[in-house]
Amino acid sequence: MNRIDKLFQNKKESILSIYFTAGFPQLEDTLPIMEAIEAAGADIIEIGVPYSDPIADGPTIQESNNVALKNGMTLHLLFEQLEKMREKVSIPVILMGYLNPVVQYGMEDFCKKCKEVGVDGLILPDLPMQQYLTEYKSWFDAHDLRNTFLISPQTSEARIRQIDQHTDGFIYMVSSASITGAKKAVSPEQIAYFERIKAMGLKNPRLIGFGISDKASFKTAAAHSHGAIIGSAFIHVLRDSKDLKKDIYHYIQSILS
Amino acid sequence: METPMIKVDENGFYGQFGGAFIPEMLYPNIEELRENYQPIMASPAFKEEFDRLLKDYVGRPTPLFLANRLSEKYGAKIYLKREDLCHTGAHKINNTVGQIILAKKLNKKRIIAETGAGQHGVATATVCALMGMECTVYMGAVDMERQKPNVERMRILGAKVVPANSGSKTLKDATNEAMRQWINNPVDTHYIIGSVVGPHPYPEMVARFQSVISAEMKTQLMEKEGRENPDLVIACVGGGSNAAGAFYHYYNEPNVRLIAVEAAGMGVSSGKSAATTLLGKPGILHGSRTLLMQTADGQVVEPHSISAGLDYPGIGPVHAHLFDSGRGEFVAVEDEDAMQAGIEVSRLEGIIPAIESAHAFHALNQIEYKSTDVIVINLSGRGDKDLETYIKWGNY
Repeated sequence: MNRIDKLFQNKKESILSIYFTAGFPQLEDTLPIMEAIEAAGADIIEIGVPYSDPIADGPTIQESNNVALKNGMTLHLLFEQLEKMREKVSIPVILMGYLNPVVQYGMEDFCKKCKEVGVDGLILPDLPMQQYLTEYKSWFDAHDLRNTFLISPQTSEARIRQIDQHTDGFIYMVSSASITGAKKAVSPEQIAYFERIKAMGLKNPRLIGFGISDKASFKTAAAHSHGAIIGSAFIHVLRDSKDLKKDIYHYIQSILS
Repeated sequence: METPMIKVDENGFYGQFGGAFIPEMLYPNIEELRENYQPIMASPAFKEEFDRLLKDYVGRPTPLFLANRLSEKYGAKIYLKREDLCHTGAHKINNTVGQIILAKKLNKKRIIAETGAGQHGVATATVCALMGMECTVYMGAVDMERQKPNVERMRILGAKVVPANSGSKTLKDATNEAMRQWINNPVDTHYIIGSVVGPHPYPEMVARFQSVISAEMKTQLMEKEGRENPDLVIACVGGGSNAAGAFYHYYNEPNVRLIAVEAAGMGVSSGKSAATTLLGKPGILHGSRTLLMQTADGQVVEPHSISAGLDYPGIGPVHAHLFDSGRGEFVAVEDEDAMQAGIEVSRLEGIIPAIESAHAFHALNQIEYKSTDVIVINLSGRGDKDLETYIKWGNY
């Protein structure tokens, strides 16, 4: 059974997904970071494939992408690093990346390779639904990969229904009209949006991301959904860390405890 | 309404190029535009305002000038389409006038834009001042340094100029930053893209606003030559908005050769070039699938051109299709040759061209044509903004 499906079957609340950029801070940190995330008690690992032009990302993730690319990270190298990951990591693993590097790799080969190394799902934020359905979906299905689409506060109800129809795994709720890394307290408008979506009775579980950075914002988001995703704040931890294993543990524990 | 001369399908594809590859956060904005741009552009109120502003404010129609000394030197009948005489000094304002009227009809309160050389930024700041709308322009930090006068022009016009500090700190990064700010302000803000790039419907919309260039060329050639069609149209291509406008009404006239001139920078194989059709392959940038300079791993390569307006790693999807289908002929002109052509036009015709446009002139040395041919070169902008580059180059 796909690990994402299994997770959501067994756990209905306070799911924590942690994002990091592959190749940051050092090229060879990918597996140690993944192991540390799992050991600290997070539920999902989201690995960012670095890209030169990440248009939905704020300065923190832009910078981690730049550093990773300068370090020499490529999709080919990432798959090499992930080849033995299932010996060490058992929680669901998702690749998040902009479409161009994936298309250059070749979407069919990419899906096949994901399955081979044990990736469970994909988030490709600039993949249009039309292209997904007509060109790529059969490969996602053939390799048992869950596809997550995003929604934002501006997404219309009709569009959300459509997205719910064609997403599997979970829906990624962007918490506000914002790129990643915005650090604000969760506002009453956002809570109203979380509740509005909750009341729609979607078939997919919902994780909230963008602007979730600490225990308070995680708890608030999780109270109105199935859980939340932390990215930029975690990148800050990695950036400032002298001892990855220890700092990752402490940070994730500070969210979950 | 009139049928577009360059066919785009309902999803915004020209052949295999185009589309709308955007994060979901931008989907409502793009959908709002896609649903509304055609009805608005077809409405009499829009047409009246657009035509009136082009005439009384921009100064259209721009002249079609028979360049006698240039004709004599190159042995063909060469006309210049004088977009350099538009208000603000380049064709860019045709598009910003169209988009700001559209933005008002959509009840938008704020305008954002990206700019490379600063021409589109100035054209945007200008129409925002005209319409009393708040304006923020994103510009690569490197470009802000090399195009200082345009930065100050924008500020004088009341716009806020914000440096883009990511990546190569040039046009590509300014575009990324503008898209990010649109994600942050999705409801009250319209993003005026300056070229035929970006997600559908931008490439088509911008091409149609610029199509006034070739519409006028037809009328003017009929007056001067007794025929609407030249034998060749030559235009420079960065993203490609002036070329899209100059080619637009000739796209379906197979006897008109369409010559698109890209920037070869320091040489196509020097590693410092912006010749996208020669160096690029299909990829996705800024919301459309197009030809793109990129690594094998799909990372976008930093381009180089002496002209900031051609310093872009992609090309509008309409031009990618023009190349792919064989309808257009593509030429790459090096920095040094473009600069020499700029001086030559200055000396022969008394017109200092923008360095972007100078690339188009040098193509006369790189293509074959007959002495009986009527050639129109789209003189997309004037060279005042490039004085510092001309002075630094110094070879005059």
